[in-house]
Amino acid sequence: MSDQINTAAQPLLQLRQINKNFPGVKALQQAQLSLYAGEVHALLGENGAGKSTLVKVMTGVLQKDGGELLLGSKALSFATPKDAQQVGISTVYQEVNLLPNLSVAHNLFLGSEPKRFGLIDKKAMAHQARQLLSTFGLDINVTAPLSEFSVAVQQLVAIARGVAPKRGAACTKVLVLDEPTASLDADEVQTLFQVLRQLKQQGVAIVFITHFLDQVYQISDRITVMRNGCFVGEYHTASLNKAELIAAMLGKELCQQRHQTPCLVVEQSESILTARQLSSGQSVQQLDLDLPAGQAVGLAGLLGSGRTEICRLLFGLDQADGGTLSFAGKAIKLSNPAQAIALGIALCPEDRKTQGMIAALSIRENISLALQAKQGWWRVLSKKKQQQLADFYIEKLQIATPDAEKPIGQLSGGNQQKVILARWLAVEPQLLLLDEPTRGIDIGAHAEILQLIRQLCQQGMSLLVTSSELEELTAFSSKIVVMRDRKKVAELSGEDLNSDRIMAAIAGASV
Amino acid sequence: MSRTYLPLWITFTLVLLMFGAGASQFEGFASLRVVTNLISDNAFLLVTALGMTLVILSGGIDLSVGSVIALSGVAAALLIGPYQWHPLLAFALILPCAALFGAGMGALIQYYQLQPFIVTLAGMFLARGVATLLSEESVAIEHPFYDAVAEFGLELPDGGWLGATSLLTIALVLLMLVLTHYSRFGSYVYALGGNSQSAQLMGVPVARTTILLYAASSMLAAMAGIIFSFYTYSGYALSAVGVELDAIAAVVIGGTLLTGGSGFIIGTVLGVLLMGLIQTYINFDGSLSSWWSKIVIGGLLFFFIALQKLLSQQWRRKAGGQA
Repeated sequence: MSDQINTAAQPLLQLRQINKNFPGVKALQQAQLSLYAGEVHALLGENGAGKSTLVKVMTGVLQKDGGELLLGSKALSFATPKDAQQVGISTVYQEVNLLPNLSVAHNLFLGSEPKRFGLIDKKAMAHQARQLLSTFGLDINVTAPLSEFSVAVQQLVAIARGVAPKRGAACTKVLVLDEPTASLDADEVQTLFQVLRQLKQQGVAIVFITHFLDQVYQISDRITVMRNGCFVGEYHTASLNKAELIAAMLGKELCQQRHQTPCLVVEQSESILTARQLSSGQSVQQLDLDLPAGQAVGLAGLLGSGRTEICRLLFGLDQADGGTLSFAGKAIKLSNPAQAIALGIALCPEDRKTQGMIAALSIRENISLALQAKQGWWRVLSKKKQQQLADFYIEKLQIATPDAEKPIGQLSGGNQQKVILARWLAVEPQLLLLDEPTRGIDIGAHAEILQLIRQLCQQGMSLLVTSSELEELTAFSSKIVVMRDRKKVAELSGEDLNSDRIMAAIAGASV
Repeated sequence: MSRTYLPLWITFTLVLLMFGAGASQFEGFASLRVVTNLISDNAFLLVTALGMTLVILSGGIDLSVGSVIALSGVAAALLIGPYQWHPLLAFALILPCAALFGAGMGALIQYYQLQPFIVTLAGMFLARGVATLLSEESVAIEHPFYDAVAEFGLELPDGGWLGATSLLTIALVLLMLVLTHYSRFGSYVYALGGNSQSAQLMGVPVARTTILLYAASSMLAAMAGIIFSFYTYSGYALSAVGVELDAIAAVVIGGTLLTGGSGFIIGTVLGVLLMGLIQTYINFDGSLSSWWSKIVIGGLLFFFIALQKLLSQQWRRKAGGQA
């Protein structure tokens, strides 16, 4: 990375003060990004930081609610992905978004196939496909369906499509890669990087989204960090060390005002749950974990470090293939969530939209769901009972709604989260697993949920809380477990319980 | 052999076997006459199934085609009879109207994100209802043009005879073959069937393609209705009941995946031929109940659906790990 990007010149593409709202969520607030020709620009942030939303605005999949998008000095607005492609912005999405049923060649040129006498010239198409792929070091049968190839090859084909010339469109000026390396092995990553360097020399601006920080340092020239839908900062990769980068991603300055009650007094208490050498395939490796009764334990680590996987494992969603687990003094084996619920374990999942709430059902129905499931469907909760339950939690959690019959989909993010919490509180679990309970909710609701976590501990419930916001974790945890690369790397408590120590542990020796 | 072509080869082999079985047992089975009769007897089904292939390739279904056949038949008979239109003029009105009807269904499916099953089911009732409203009785067609068309044809050796409707059907098969496999529109249809979300992200005009392909299906069904009217010299609101299901059966037996994205026009042709051959075999035998054809087709359908499931599971396993 010897060639410095001339940031004095005019950016190729600029996104300024982009706003984007979804019902109940402010996905982007004043987000920004500027790209220069011939750079690899890493776009970083934790899950839910708004990277994908920003990219979708940039590529015409979503329409921005506010702000401007400048190509050179021309303000643009895209209604469809095709509009963005026309001006030379190509995207390779996180999942391979190609068509497994079509041939490799057809995937490369769909929509701009070479023609002869008005018909698709399959021979010429295959020839061009072979040529294009040879620059990627790929020599494969381009007439075979894409589904016959490995995910890595599919990924490279997707990138090749991104830079392939398109009918009636400008040549590719901006290439957006959303987690392109997630499914590639080390060699394949290097092949990809070679291709990226080639493209860079041709003057293409590359947006590179990833959660592999090593790769960021290997390939990128500049970095933009986002958090909670907001722009955090823009940096030259060379002048930002890893610890600073992680600090920017996870945020430090935030929670000062709600840090009133420091760590809870740590009393020695018995473990409600004990795991020894617990493993599950590649996702969790040899985990030792003790969750003390009546306390909240924080689970920290970057995206993909194994946080969510631990929650899934402890709730019986994934099965352990090694190690032991005991709950309330008894050895247990979980093979499905129903067993976990019966034991008194509850999980509030990470993505409330797809894994938690049922948008069309009312608050009352959403709250009664888990209790009803636990009781068994033959013992129906009467509507009156459901009503009482809902009213109780609306009051207790201060859910902002006119009544319990409002569909949950119409509530704000914070209130949706409270309803999901209420659902599991209604079951009166002994252990509550909260996976990112404060993601995507406004600052007020945020503080309320933290308050609630403390209250629950005082009432004797045990909690395991995953969060990307470290200040938040330190605000209620009696102990914080730090994960990196699917392994537990530290367990902090007492004096060590502060965000600097957590960050140091996350960054590990490689800082 | 590639998995993509496997169902096609199986159908092709079955067609040969069936023909071989007939030829070995019955005198006169192995003749051009039988082959050309096969085409002319099944012309309207084949034309309907061509449109159905397109719809199923895109991952949809069109249940309205049987009713559209009846409606276009009745409309043609009324326009030619009581209203004294020239048949060609009547066809020139009916075909675009049918295309509009299909486009309407396509638009509903696309813009309201409705299930094709339910939209075309509504279309099925609607078209059948309108046909019955136009005339509850069968309307006879008497016109010199119809007589002329019946006379026209291509004489082949061995008792073979390709009439006007057969020639038209063959032309339509060739047209659809090119449209499906060698045009951009055709690739878009496959793209929709593969994964409509990916297709959208790859810049495929999803809305236009969806609307066009349902329009094409309805228009081909209307064409089939017109062909049907040349067999019967009439239009009848209660004709062609259940033809949509025969067409779906032919498409599936022809190796097209019901989930969309994989299949061939030539497969559908083979599927229709196989179904026709079974019927011909039963006719030659004379002692078998003609319901046997339904039983055999039912068995074949089970076999092909199981095969599809097996193949698509393998497909997913191979592409797996990307979810």
